[in-house]
Amino acid sequence: MITKNYTVHFMILSVLLVILFFVNVSLGSVSIPIKNILSILFGGIYSKESWEIIILNFRFPKAITAILVGSGLSICGLLMQTLFRNPLAGPFVLGISSGASLGVAILILGTSFFSGILITPTISNWSLPIASSLGAFLVLTAVIVAANKVRNIMSILIIGLMFGSLASAIISVLAYFSKASEIQQYIYWSFGSLGNLSWAEIAVFATIYFIGILGSLTIIKPLNSFLLGEHYAKSIGINVKRNRNIILLITSILAGVITAFSGPIAFVGLAVPHISKLLFTTSNHKILIPAVAILGGIILLICDSIAQLPTSGFTLPINAITSLFGAPVVIWLLIRKKKIFI
Amino acid sequence: MDKNQNNIVLKTEKLSIGYVNRKKKTIVAKDINLNLKEKNLITVLGKNGIGKSTFLRTIAKVQNALSGSIFINQKNLESYTNRNISTLLSLVLTERLPESQLTVFELVALGRQPYTNWIDKLSDNDVEKINIALQQTEIEHLQHKFFYELSDGQLQRVLIARALAQDTAIIILDEPTAHLDIHHTLKIFALLKKLVQKTSKTIIISTHQVNLALQFSDNVILFKDNKVISGSIDELNNINALEDLFPDTIINYDTKLKQFVIKAN
Repeated sequence: MITKNYTVHFMILSVLLVILFFVNVSLGSVSIPIKNILSILFGGIYSKESWEIIILNFRFPKAITAILVGSGLSICGLLMQTLFRNPLAGPFVLGISSGASLGVAILILGTSFFSGILITPTISNWSLPIASSLGAFLVLTAVIVAANKVRNIMSILIIGLMFGSLASAIISVLAYFSKASEIQQYIYWSFGSLGNLSWAEIAVFATIYFIGILGSLTIIKPLNSFLLGEHYAKSIGINVKRNRNIILLITSILAGVITAFSGPIAFVGLAVPHISKLLFTTSNHKILIPAVAILGGIILLICDSIAQLPTSGFTLPINAITSLFGAPVVIWLLIRKKKIFI
Repeated sequence: MDKNQNNIVLKTEKLSIGYVNRKKKTIVAKDINLNLKEKNLITVLGKNGIGKSTFLRTIAKVQNALSGSIFINQKNLESYTNRNISTLLSLVLTERLPESQLTVFELVALGRQPYTNWIDKLSDNDVEKINIALQQTEIEHLQHKFFYELSDGQLQRVLIARALAQDTAIIILDEPTAHLDIHHTLKIFALLKKLVQKTSKTIIISTHQVNLALQFSDNVILFKDNKVISGSIDELNNINALEDLFPDTIINYDTKLKQFVIKAN
């Protein structure tokens, strides 16, 4: 498809992303001037030795995580909205996040429940991501199996929501039988967190993330054909079933790995595609995929900067900030434009 | 192969159409034997629910036949891949398009997908084909508008342009005039007739505009309660095939006028 030239849009957004990255890194309980950050990065003179550790081991990984999470969730949201032709679809409607939560809940809350069966109830750094990925993957497999049995795309959406409710119900039952300290630990995980990732974890995260992103770039053409509906897509030579499964798979890989490392983060996947469509006024995925990726990174960096409550020692849960600041923005945008696009 | 076979673009043999559920088969129509000639405007007529849309979807391979065979250019439809079919046959459906911010040009350009590369890049040839399609349907002035800004009549021309851009020998339209007033209905029929004459395409449509169909079509396929007949209007007239197309309590077929008329009391 030929579409308008968006070079200026992309340049402005990219510059904004870089600026926000450094703003984000400079904020925190210890305030570090940007000049010093650049020196630490590019080898210059900086005032305090401890700053290097803070920047390299804490703030950089966190800012990078914010970009990966924001862009990944936004791409998931875009794929789901196109596949389900529904503006309310997000990466979590298929029950993927509930599946991930279930995995984590079984790990944290289930230890007292299954204490006789599990040999090592200790929770290491890696067991959380593995449990949550397994949970996400299991729910997704169930959804894909169901998707191949029903033709109607709306039924798949409802099946996904039902799997989500089932998972939440099991989590409630587990919570009912758990100790207060375990419930607290689970709730902390569900607040979402961009920090606490080591470079080794980020390497794993980024590798899986890039596999998902590359996958989404290969399906630009079928995504565009889905804009006409499935019958037309088939009539212009697109293998609808195969591409539907590829979309589901990419979404689950991305949403699964993101939830695994950062907890369930609300709003971004649903809202960023809408904001991008309003800004770019196009439905062409060749434009929208990079657009939502950059915008998703920008928005999560902003949310994380707010969450750190600049100049104070506190950090708010990122999940609360994304919803608190994001939801009103989307409502305002949609009311102003008066038309909901998918 | 004799001369008659050569200009047959679409042929069906003992075709049965309908739906398969887990428990049972619902046969909508059976024993459909048709030989459709190329470069014709062919209309499918019949009352509601008799299987016109099912027939069109089946020959377009959007849904499978229950039994029997369909041949396009003397080759069984089963032996074509979806990709092959997309270069032989294009569709204009009745279903509403999902909401999106596609412009008219982009929507028509999607008809080029069978020919574009993996990232959907339009070649000069693709752009030329799109522009020709926009010209033929007289919608060039609309090309930068979003499709949701158009009236039903304009949108129908855009969808026809998309099918033209797909550059197929056969175009199938399911009730292309369903939501249109008489003026736009006539314009669509005139456009389809012009396209058949100028571009040597075969156009197959289903419609409830029986009188217009009888005036404009080269060939008619009649879906009746227990059989499917096809032929030119004169051929059908000779065997009095049109008379019982509808229950004759209200409308009658007038053989002299070659039109359906409301029955006089």
